[in-house]
Amino acid sequence: MAFLEVKNLHVEVEDKKILNGLTLSVEKGQVAAIMGPNGSGKSTLAYVLAGKDNYKVTEGDVLLDGESILEMAPDERAAKGVFLAFQYPVEVPGVATMTFLRTALNAQRKTRGEAEFSTPEFMKLVRETSKHLGIDQEMLRRAVNVGFSGGEKKRNEILQMAVLRPRLAVLDETDSGLDIDALKIVAEGVNRLRSPERSMIVITHYQRLLNFIVPDVVHVMAKGKVVKSGGKELALQLEAKGYAQFADEAA
Amino acid sequence: MNADVRAMKTPAEQALSAAFAAARGALPGKGAVGTLREDAFRRFDASGLPHRRIEEWKYTDLRALMREAKPLAEPAKTKGVVPGLVGVEASRVAIVNGRYEPNWSDFNTGDPGITLTELFAFAAEQTSYRLGDVPGKDDTAFWLNTAFMTGGVVVRVKKGVCVEKPVQLAHIFASAAAAAMYPRCVVIVEAGARLTLIESFDGPDGIDYQVNSAIELVIGEGALVDHIKIGRDGDAALRVSTLGVTVEGKANYRDFAFTTGGAVVRNQTFVRFGREGTEATISGATLIKNRQHVDNTLVIEHAAGGCTSRERFRSVLDDESHGIFQGKIVVEPHAQKTDAKMASHALLLSDEAESDNKPELEIFADDVQCGHGATAGALDNTLKFYLMSRGIPEDQAEALLIQAFVGEAIEDVAHEGVREALLQASVKWLDARA
Repeated sequence: MAFLEVKNLHVEVEDKKILNGLTLSVEKGQVAAIMGPNGSGKSTLAYVLAGKDNYKVTEGDVLLDGESILEMAPDERAAKGVFLAFQYPVEVPGVATMTFLRTALNAQRKTRGEAEFSTPEFMKLVRETSKHLGIDQEMLRRAVNVGFSGGEKKRNEILQMAVLRPRLAVLDETDSGLDIDALKIVAEGVNRLRSPERSMIVITHYQRLLNFIVPDVVHVMAKGKVVKSGGKELALQLEAKGYAQFADEAA
Repeated sequence: MNADVRAMKTPAEQALSAAFAAARGALPGKGAVGTLREDAFRRFDASGLPHRRIEEWKYTDLRALMREAKPLAEPAKTKGVVPGLVGVEASRVAIVNGRYEPNWSDFNTGDPGITLTELFAFAAEQTSYRLGDVPGKDDTAFWLNTAFMTGGVVVRVKKGVCVEKPVQLAHIFASAAAAAMYPRCVVIVEAGARLTLIESFDGPDGIDYQVNSAIELVIGEGALVDHIKIGRDGDAALRVSTLGVTVEGKANYRDFAFTTGGAVVRNQTFVRFGREGTEATISGATLIKNRQHVDNTLVIEHAAGGCTSRERFRSVLDDESHGIFQGKIVVEPHAQKTDAKMASHALLLSDEAESDNKPELEIFADDVQCGHGATAGALDNTLKFYLMSRGIPEDQAEALLIQAFVGEAIEDVAHEGVREALLQASVKWLDARA
């Protein structure tokens, strides 16, 4: 069985059906790209995996390492190793980035029955990780994402991912709003985290990101399900011909 | 209907009249003070307790909330401990059951730059300061304080003196039976002087004692004053505190009201900027639960131009608690270049909690920058989800967000030790909630 198994998933948001029997497997250590037009349900899949509360699963299941996660609260899923890099990272006024990271990391460790990090250990971890991402100490002292540029917010997401070391990372349009330099920094950050122990789902509209984060497999979504899967060359094909060719297959 | 024909006196009003008739001869302070009392009581007696049809008291109907008037508190019989602030060293002045208690206090009188005098000794000694002549002097609760004032102190910081150690005026109710206390203090910070003034209110839970306190604060030219008021009254207490502030030019005045205690609390602050170039921040944080009722009311008069004032209050309201913010900024015709901005934010943690916000701007000058904003709402679910998606359990995520909300208000406190103590106090409040 694959590390992540999404089986025949049907999801409604405010009585509107978004996912229509989506089935998807992601192997351990695999980087899977999910592409698709606007409204195909890519972000919905990301939120459902993370456990957002107004997404109603009407049918199907999601298994992580063989265990259903649908009944778990978002924090329990995080402790199991699920991480969502938000398309629009949220500003959290009054909570310093450092405090936020530490609270999150230690809460996860506590849930897993692991020892909490000591302050020096934690500082060392964050310092080393943030250096690669061009995040300075000043940014870490500031409130989470408050007054950050679009690029800084995305780098902060990757920093959180690097500190929390998830087993399944879902990157929801991490490339949106980034210029080419910022994109490179973010992609390098992601690539450093590629590991045989970590699966990733990279959601994007554009093939551009996949030049930097080269996927093992590409899935195309349309109308709430996966309509085509293939190797990384599938992304190039999409870039050349557009999504229209798949719209009919979903019908 | 005729305003002169008052409805029948409430039991509380009758009790206050009886108490004043019985005590008038025995209350401390003779001569001018006696006249002041008589005059204040006459004015109170004509109007009665403020009620909801009095606009300034719309949300705190004292006539309904104050069912009875408690007898005047007796002096404390045994010496007790003055509750301080964790980690903050201060010169403590104990005002127990409404009277200055030197032997409870640890105020070092050795410093020639700052003097401490008992209220009535001060009133008897000097005639240049006119007691009670402060902004807010036309308020009913203030009249009641003047009529009954049982004691207090006068703190004076001499010109140019920088007092490093904060002075804490610790109001303590120390009695096993409910009673009322009416402390009055005067704090004069002369030109160029600096003072951090902490005012605290403490009392036991379960006793419906009453406090009507008043402070007259005079801030000289170029002086720097930080006033932090900490309300930790017992859970059945009713407290009305009046703060009347006169500010000269080029001064720096910061006021912060932190309230967690009391059943019914009204902090009313009246500030008048009399000269140009002053900067002031008047702010506060309230954390309440159960059926607590806390009202922060401000009247800020910009009587001189070129002053900057910031008014910002935050409240966290749980259960069936009721938080009120009323802020009125008055800009007089000649007070050009006034810069005043007011904001109040309430975080409602339950469906039964209530927040009332009433900002008012009365602007008579034409070249000013004034504004106000108010919000009231529940915790942001998007924020909560973001925190939870990182592995932070729901209760901890909520606590972190509430803490952040309050923390942003507490940032306004300049004194690091006090700021830290208030942050700790809010964490403690949140822990008690969980």
